[in-house]
Amino acid sequence: MSAIDDTDREILRLLSGDATLTSAALGERLGLSQPVAWRRVRRLEGLGILAGRRLELDLAALGFGVTVFLGVKLAARGRLALGDFERAITAIPEVQTVEHVLGLYDYRLRVVARDLGDFERVLRRRILTLPGVGNVEANVLLSEERRPGPI
Amino acid sequence: MLDDTDRRLLRHLQNDPAATVSALASRAGVTPALAARRFDRMRSRGILKGQRARIDWHALGFEVEVSLRFTIDKADPRAFDAFISAAREVPEVVEIQTFLGRVDVRLSLVARDLAHYHRIYRERILTLPHIAEIEALMQVAVLKTDERLPL
Repeated sequence: MSAIDDTDREILRLLSGDATLTSAALGERLGLSQPVAWRRVRRLEGLGILAGRRLELDLAALGFGVTVFLGVKLAARGRLALGDFERAITAIPEVQTVEHVLGLYDYRLRVVARDLGDFERVLRRRILTLPGVGNVEANVLLSEERRPGPI
Repeated sequence: MLDDTDRRLLRHLQNDPAATVSALASRAGVTPALAARRFDRMRSRGILKGQRARIDWHALGFEVEVSLRFTIDKADPRAFDAFISAAREVPEVVEIQTFLGRVDVRLSLVARDLAHYHRIYRERILTLPHIAEIEALMQVAVLKTDERLPL
């Protein structure tokens, strides 16, 4: 980990609220010149701390009415085919995130679908048919809030 | 609502959120003026709500990420609200989600190491109000974090 100072933290806080702020706008808020703000942003990107942007979209308006989190347990047999499972699951467009976890489940997936019927289709045709899938638990997302975190 | 041009522009924006409007326009095969108009319209309709910087907690020195899944004791009708406002006060909480399913609320928590996690868990998490049950999933690896929609 590389040292970052309070100004860097302030930049991270501002950009995690609005990533479209220009270095001139950042500089103005923090009392820095535009080139100085720009260099700091580039440095935070170089360190891998600023890791791209996330678009905030109205999913329902775009026709994606449901988001479901799936906990997936691999069957004992499936553990040999871990690589196959991982390749196949990450290739499904409706599966937005795949995390390998330790605990009750082996994988945690975020799945978007048009509605519950569409989700059922993705689940039955694309996910449950993958090699090694054992128990699955689904929880339908009702609300989501991202916090600034310990910056 | 959205036509093919809007969808095409959104797809390109999802692939490269930092791109300029004119770059996105040329990739989508439309004039910059039309692209700017369409993005403005999607913003004013609330479809495009903004962009947030993604922060890599690992790169900031937070080595541990845990998904804490709670069942809430619903005897008190204000239990959810009380739990969520208390969870917002914990700086290491980076995500709060509510669900329909076996899990009521999920918190995503980052910590510098296991000792730090242990301390937050004991001092800040176990003391949250109205907890009936807690389960923890520890993140081992992230295989996909692509939150692009299959538009």
